[in-house]
Amino acid sequence: MKKKIIYELNALYREPMQVMGYVFGEGEKSVCVVGSMRGNEVQQMFSCSCLIRRLKKLEERQELAAGKSILVIPCINSYSMNIGKRFWSTDNTDINRMFPGYQEGETTQRIAAGVFDAVKDYSIGIQFASNYMSGRFLPHIRMMRTGFEDIEAAKNFAFPYVMVRDTRPFDTTTLNYNWQIWETKAYSVYTTDTEEIDRQSAADAVKGIEKMLNAAGILNSRVSGGYHYYSQVLCDGSLLSVRCREAGIYENKVYVGEEVHEGQLLAEITDPYEGTVLEQLTAPADATVFFQHKAPLIYADTTALKLV
Amino acid sequence: MSQEIRSEISSICQVKLPVGETLNIKRNRLTPLGKAGDCKRRIGIVTGIHGDELEGQYVCYEVVRRIRERPECLVGTVDVYPAMNPMGIDSVTRGIPGFDLDMNRIFPGSRDGAMTEYVAHKIIEDLAGADLIVDIHASNIYLTEIPQIRINELHKDTLVPLARHMNVDFVWVHASSTVLESTLAYSLNSTGTPTLVVEAGVGMRITKGYCQQLADGLMNTMRALGIWQGEALSVREPIVADRADSVVFFNAPAAGIFVPEAGHWTMLEKGDKVGDIVNPLTGEILSEITTPEKGILFTIREYPVVDEGSLVGRLLKR
Repeated sequence: MKKKIIYELNALYREPMQVMGYVFGEGEKSVCVVGSMRGNEVQQMFSCSCLIRRLKKLEERQELAAGKSILVIPCINSYSMNIGKRFWSTDNTDINRMFPGYQEGETTQRIAAGVFDAVKDYSIGIQFASNYMSGRFLPHIRMMRTGFEDIEAAKNFAFPYVMVRDTRPFDTTTLNYNWQIWETKAYSVYTTDTEEIDRQSAADAVKGIEKMLNAAGILNSRVSGGYHYYSQVLCDGSLLSVRCREAGIYENKVYVGEEVHEGQLLAEITDPYEGTVLEQLTAPADATVFFQHKAPLIYADTTALKLV
Repeated sequence: MSQEIRSEISSICQVKLPVGETLNIKRNRLTPLGKAGDCKRRIGIVTGIHGDELEGQYVCYEVVRRIRERPECLVGTVDVYPAMNPMGIDSVTRGIPGFDLDMNRIFPGSRDGAMTEYVAHKIIEDLAGADLIVDIHASNIYLTEIPQIRINELHKDTLVPLARHMNVDFVWVHASSTVLESTLAYSLNSTGTPTLVVEAGVGMRITKGYCQQLADGLMNTMRALGIWQGEALSVREPIVADRADSVVFFNAPAAGIFVPEAGHWTMLEKGDKVGDIVNPLTGEILSEITTPEKGILFTIREYPVVDEGSLVGRLLKR
């Protein structure tokens, strides 16, 4: 393993921000894995650190395919992580809305350009991603429909689900989209959480990546455990949204991944002052819980759960 | 004899918040009573999508004040929406508090989407069909802007003639960008409701002179649309820049403290100094920023702390 500085940004009073890359093997740029880009993506960075530990072992055991190199970047935005802010520390811009970046542009455009220059030539790109909806997800692989997506290859992660969705205007400046435009096969990996560490989910994700890299001929390792699914492919219309009409204190009555039957109580919203039940959210059909709101308070007209 | 007007304040969107409160997006609809009310033309004045941009607050106040002062001149409908992101304004937050989302990146929204998308959908529903929407922004807390209108090149044929009534100094026709398709203005313009985006002043402040200038522009535009019958005002002819290479951007080459030298909206010759980036710890000038060519400085950095790459100014080439 070699460590290298992918991008460095100087500051007036803080130490320079160094985006660190970990390189395994030598030769053709086969796969690049990116961890956190936002200051709250702790699980994403943690998952990358687990992957780095695993790749170190595999490299020692000579289970990396000859003539191929792997790059892992665990964190692109350490400045924001260190001050507990989601977006860029100074101007609150989102690095994952700046790709492919611009070397002569504003700060986050420069960071995006520096990172993209280092990651764009890999055949496979994997990002540990987070969603703007705060809550717990069933682990899945997500891809955008750009014409370059490879759904069959995504099944090699052996995750329960592969979600393919249409591209929206703001997607065009994300890393995943630009990877695909530059003809890198791009996958976003969603584990269960973002701001809290879920060791099991991170371990399963690492094993999923290992399985995928074995299938792609980049690793020659034996993977035990992790997911063993023949992934179900979902699209935008595959999920049932369960929305709330009321606002108040929110409490889930089921778990992510739980199979529920039509009419089953999924969550309850209670009056924050009097404790009376304002609304009970029930399953509209027999299904599996794919996403659930996690915060203790909820606004009205919010998608509290998604079922598959 | 002055006629009466109706001032009807209502909520165009309501969302219950978790603890004893409802989010309301308020509209003041000003219409003439009597015969003058037969005119069906409508303008919408929108501001506060970004909670840290406050120049539009004074503009809204001033337009409503002028209409109330001369009610007999009103012959159409004026809808004033001073706070599209009321929780953002209240909490000095640019985006939507609780979601960390830029409200101007979620349009046209969706009736069945997340709460934020539902709010965006209701806003579009209320604004659609107006003869003109003017969406007033105030840059951000980092940059001061000369009063200007920004127009996507896709809509310039419709919008540049309308922008000329607005009493701004500058009209910037910029290239189309996919990411801007999720703005309020794009959503409305692409579905047939002409929408002008105004940028003026700086975040978290009121620049009274700019606000008066925009209020004059709005009254003049309403006159041109047949909504207002007040006296004609003398308005400035804007510079219209519609070439991609007509604007020079100055980005900080080093992190430090930016100390401006050039005046805002002044003509600079090639080589003139825009400002210095200094290091207060060492007493050094880290970078001297000069203009590569002659032009007018229409954007200048207000917030002194800069990172490498931070925008410190924009020059309109002349």
